[in-house]
Amino acid sequence: MLDDFAIRAGLAGLGVALAAAPLGCFVVWRRMAYFGDATSHAALLGVALALAVDLPVFAGVLVVALVMALIVSSLSERHVSTDALLGVLAHAALAVGLVAVSLLPGQRVDLQAYLFGEILAVTQTDLITIWGGAVMVALLLIWRWQALLSATLSPDLATASGGNPKREQLILTLALAITVAVAIKVVGALLIAAMLVIPAATARPFARTPEAMAFWAVAVGAVAALGGLAGSFTFDTPTGPSIVTLAAGLFALSAALAPLLRRG
Amino acid sequence: MSLIETRGLSLRYAAQTILHDVDFAIDRGEIVTIVGPNGSGKSSLLRALIGALRPAAGTVTRAPALRIGYVPQKLQIDSTLPLTVQRFLNLPERRKPEAISAALARAGVPELAARQMADLSGGQFQRVLLARALLGEPDILILDEATQGLDQPGAAAFYRQIEEVRTSTGVAVLMVSHDLHVVMAASDRVLCLNGHVCCEGTPEVVADAPEYRALFGTGTQGALAMYRHHHDHDHADHDHDHSHGGH
Repeated sequence: MLDDFAIRAGLAGLGVALAAAPLGCFVVWRRMAYFGDATSHAALLGVALALAVDLPVFAGVLVVALVMALIVSSLSERHVSTDALLGVLAHAALAVGLVAVSLLPGQRVDLQAYLFGEILAVTQTDLITIWGGAVMVALLLIWRWQALLSATLSPDLATASGGNPKREQLILTLALAITVAVAIKVVGALLIAAMLVIPAATARPFARTPEAMAFWAVAVGAVAALGGLAGSFTFDTPTGPSIVTLAAGLFALSAALAPLLRRG
Repeated sequence: MSLIETRGLSLRYAAQTILHDVDFAIDRGEIVTIVGPNGSGKSSLLRALIGALRPAAGTVTRAPALRIGYVPQKLQIDSTLPLTVQRFLNLPERRKPEAISAALARAGVPELAARQMADLSGGQFQRVLLARALLGEPDILILDEATQGLDQPGAAAFYRQIEEVRTSTGVAVLMVSHDLHVVMAASDRVLCLNGHVCCEGTPEVVADAPEYRALFGTGTQGALAMYRHHHDHDHADHDHDHSHGGH
């Protein structure tokens, strides 16, 4: 069972949890779930682009996810309701990405791998990319933690204290794009947003401070990633859905326990 | 120089002009109150002063290294964000525990540090916001209808707290309020706003101004007169009741 590829897969899953879980806390706190959807769905377009011009997939996904995240970010700054618009973008990005991949000349792309993740495809190089990206996201969040929290709490309060909420939003946008690029191999474009939101939501009842919530989210994400990978091996199910299914199960458990924790 | 000064300030929101040609300044230690009907641009002016709203025209000049203590009208904390009072007061900068205890005590809620923000009552929440504003040792406190949602004794107690802080620290105070008579009475200067500066001056001058009366009628005149009467009395024997810290 502890073959090289199994260890690589496990490490890849842990890397994704390390980046996605704390970032996911901000996605939840700031109500940016659709933002995550739109950005991660755009990843597929990045895959098509990378294959078309012979770039590493990671680079293509990173660029397209970043562009998408910036578009969504600037749209949500306007005062109009962006809910419907984000929904349109999220699904349009996915559809256009699927069409673009199918149009690639002479390529037979394993679409399943990019949509749902594929542990067997995680190479040594992938692992370095995944951990490089994950550590970068983690460091970015740790470095800006206080400012990010302040901006999340209230942009006006942050501004009055000399902060710059727009810059913090930009940093989250960048972190999101990196996370998407890192996670696509492991959970796939369709379910990256789930790895952002579910561990954070699962951790919420157990936390009294933002830091505790981020910590427990990483723990939940790690358990889901490793358990999901094991399940995926055992039952020969697609990786991404297996990880997310386990995460959802943990969330259900946490939600059931929440009322007991409330009065303590 | 003034702490904050605006020249010909205009503010626009979604292609609509909400304020135009505002010349305003506040100096060290002053208490200035902004009054005006709903939608008159009071909150927008404050947001422009703290730098959260970009002027459509004109300028906002803040004194170099100006420390602002801002208390917003209300602060909606998402229920997914767990936050103790202690943690909240450590944003954006980490503070010493003693400083936090001192600020909470000065805001009249010394016992709240370990509580969740979400569990606080309206009055407690506003006082925690005040404590946070005080933590940075501000040059100016900017309060945007800080007593909204408090009952009258709660609001009165809150303003007593502000007055006390001003007396002990010399901080300038700029506030927006609906509690006209309470607030105007305590102010050095009143600014009456309705899309522009209608009138400005000491509470007495503003209360007598035809522009102000056109907006608020003469109803508040009685309250102000009552206040004046009250104010003429000897201050030496008045004692504030601080026993009911949390409402």
